[in-house]
Amino acid sequence: MSRTFVGWPAFPQAAAVATRDAQLRANVARATGTIRAKRAKLVAERPDWEELRDSAAALKDDVLTHLDTYLLQVEEKVTAAGGTVHWARDAAEANRIVTDLVRATGEREIVKVKSMLTEEIGLDNALAAAGIDARETDLAAAIVQLGDDLPSHVVVPALHRNRAEIRDIFVREMGRHGRPAPEGLSDDPPQLAEAARLHMREKFLKAKVAVSGANFLVAETGTAVVVESEGNGRMCLTLADTLITLVGLEKVVPTWRDLEVFLQLLARNATGERMAPYTTTWTGTTPGDGPQTFHLVLVDNGRTRALADEVGRQALRCIRCGACMNICPVYERTGGQSYGSVYPGPIGAILNPLLKGLDDPQTASLPYASSLCGACNDVCPVRIRFTDVLLELRHQVAEGDAKVKHPGEKAALRAVGAVMEHPAAWNAAIRAAGKAGPLIPKKKLPKPLSGWTDSRIVPGIPKESFRAWWERTDGGTE
Amino acid sequence: MRTALFVTCLNDGLFPRSGQATVKLLRRLGVEVEFPPAQSCCGQMHWNTGYRAETARLAAHFVKVFGEYDAVVVPSASCGGMPGEAYERAAETVGDAGLARAVRELAPRVHELTGFLTDVLDVEDVGAYFPHRVTYHPTCHSLRAAPVGARPYRLLRAVAGIEFIELPAQEECCGFGGTFSVKNPAVSGAMNADKARHVLETGASVLAAVDNSCLMNIGGRLAKDGHTVRTMHLAEILARTRADGPVLDLPHSTRELTR
Ligand code: SF4
Repeated sequence: MSRTFVGWPAFPQAAAVATRDAQLRANVARATGTIRAKRAKLVAERPDWEELRDSAAALKDDVLTHLDTYLLQVEEKVTAAGGTVHWARDAAEANRIVTDLVRATGEREIVKVKSMLTEEIGLDNALAAAGIDARETDLAAAIVQLGDDLPSHVVVPALHRNRAEIRDIFVREMGRHGRPAPEGLSDDPPQLAEAARLHMREKFLKAKVAVSGANFLVAETGTAVVVESEGNGRMCLTLADTLITLVGLEKVVPTWRDLEVFLQLLARNATGERMAPYTTTWTGTTPGDGPQTFHLVLVDNGRTRALADEVGRQALRCIRCGACMNICPVYERTGGQSYGSVYPGPIGAILNPLLKGLDDPQTASLPYASSLCGACNDVCPVRIRFTDVLLELRHQVAEGDAKVKHPGEKAALRAVGAVMEHPAAWNAAIRAAGKAGPLIPKKKLPKPLSGWTDSRIVPGIPKESFRAWWERTDGGTE
Repeated sequence: MRTALFVTCLNDGLFPRSGQATVKLLRRLGVEVEFPPAQSCCGQMHWNTGYRAETARLAAHFVKVFGEYDAVVVPSASCGGMPGEAYERAAETVGDAGLARAVRELAPRVHELTGFLTDVLDVEDVGAYFPHRVTYHPTCHSLRAAPVGARPYRLLRAVAGIEFIELPAQEECCGFGGTFSVKNPAVSGAMNADKARHVLETGASVLAAVDNSCLMNIGGRLAKDGHTVRTMHLAEILARTRADGPVLDLPHSTRELTR
């Protein structure tokens, strides 16, 4: 069993530990800073960038509005092209379907194309329990898997690791899962890439079964699309006999023309490239070319729950480009694992509660894992309004059906509100504050406010409030 | 034009100087503001923490206090943004269509101070004199939620004697975020530490902004670390004139000295 996010602490606790980890902070800041700069340069090249974003958001909204129709179209086209379509309500069902399909082939070691959905549903562990070893072939995903680590980013799952750490993982672990790392491996990136290449090539050539996700499903033809940088995905997608592709319900785009919009946005926004080096598309099976057996597993796992949320459903537009986490000042200081999910950063803060509900303290803490600065709103290629959704989810925690409640906070805010509504009471309160000023400890506030004074002092309360001054001087005229 | 000052609860209790500066500045520009004493809080803390029923109550109170005015001036981008951004939604949440209508009608008359100066009064040079080295932090609200754009910079650059230094990485949040700073103190503190470091890099003796909440955050950090950089609401800079002279305990700008 490899590690999972099950039982992860709530965000404030996890983040407090992460922010103290200087190495982690340096790694994440360096990586996000680099991608941010590359992205900004390439986005500036496109005079029609904002229009592309408008189109992408509108297309996704259309898909979400008519999801049932598009999904049936996908099923029809994939089936007609020789593939088999399976529907999975949740993680357990999806894992069972895939496990049964792999079992039927008799294979015990299979290869995987990087897929956040398979991480979301915990497929590797489910397969391992059935005696099947699924090896990651995306470089970053392989680093996470070899290191028995957890992903921290949707595009670069090992973003929190620097090259020295990666070298150590390769030297320590590669030999236990196949070809060992070359003697005297250094942390020079070309050397690391070569070590990964040699280690993985063996697996590509041996594997009869591949499991992948997909970035898009084109409904009009039933075509699956994988966009990647390394070409390792294409190896799996073309060399295996059996290909099993798991896709979240929301990944449909209606037509190839629509796909054009997303392909222009994705690479620029994700990795700061004009186009992704490898874009692989396939439609069912083709005799004598590529996998001869193709299974498509359409996975819900909370997506229809999210779809039912009027404000929150826009989170399903997400194309997993990672730009929101790259720009996020909170993510930069906590890394992705603090969010306790394979979906970290701003999208994680909204998507996890939408998929899973707000009934446990971990997910209920996520909508508060934001200063509401709104930097993510500006970079999202599908124009998700994170701040609107965060506020909506906070409302659901504070006043809605969510089981996690903050009764003390609610009572305190109600009490303050009651005073604020009544002019005489408020007037008295402001005046009392001036008198109490000297009594308030500037360096150490009591709980629950003590976090403030961990890194700041409290401003002194002036003896004379504005309103008292106004009254005394008749608006400053005396 | 009947103009009211909504000073905000934070400024009322903790930063009265910013309110006084706003009054002085507007008076110099020919605008006599009224201060309706029944005013209290915009409800931002409630709204941002998810308490919409409470926000709706404070919205109703806001309408009661300010509904009759032609213009409401607010020396805060985040509080000034509340009527436009939140009140209608809060009213809808509690099913109060009358309140929703009232706030829709009132919101366009509520102006953040710099917008009121440049757009309503159509001034950029407000006749201010401030011979000191100043940097400016564009608060997230003034940058993204209710964007004031280049207005504060234009106002600042028109101040006589000022030495204006751009703040590095200025668009990054200071980490305040209202209750975020209390619910997630570790992350908030880490963000604030970087902001404070950038402020120090400028060598400025004054950090200005249009939100005292963020200034309280950054200033609290600078003070804790023993730095003397002063935080001032933009209004306090714009309110000073040659008659006031330099601020006595602040170093002069080098620009002023070389004149
Ligand atoms: S939410 Fe938007 S910015 Fe974030 S990963 Fe998804 S598409 Fe990219």
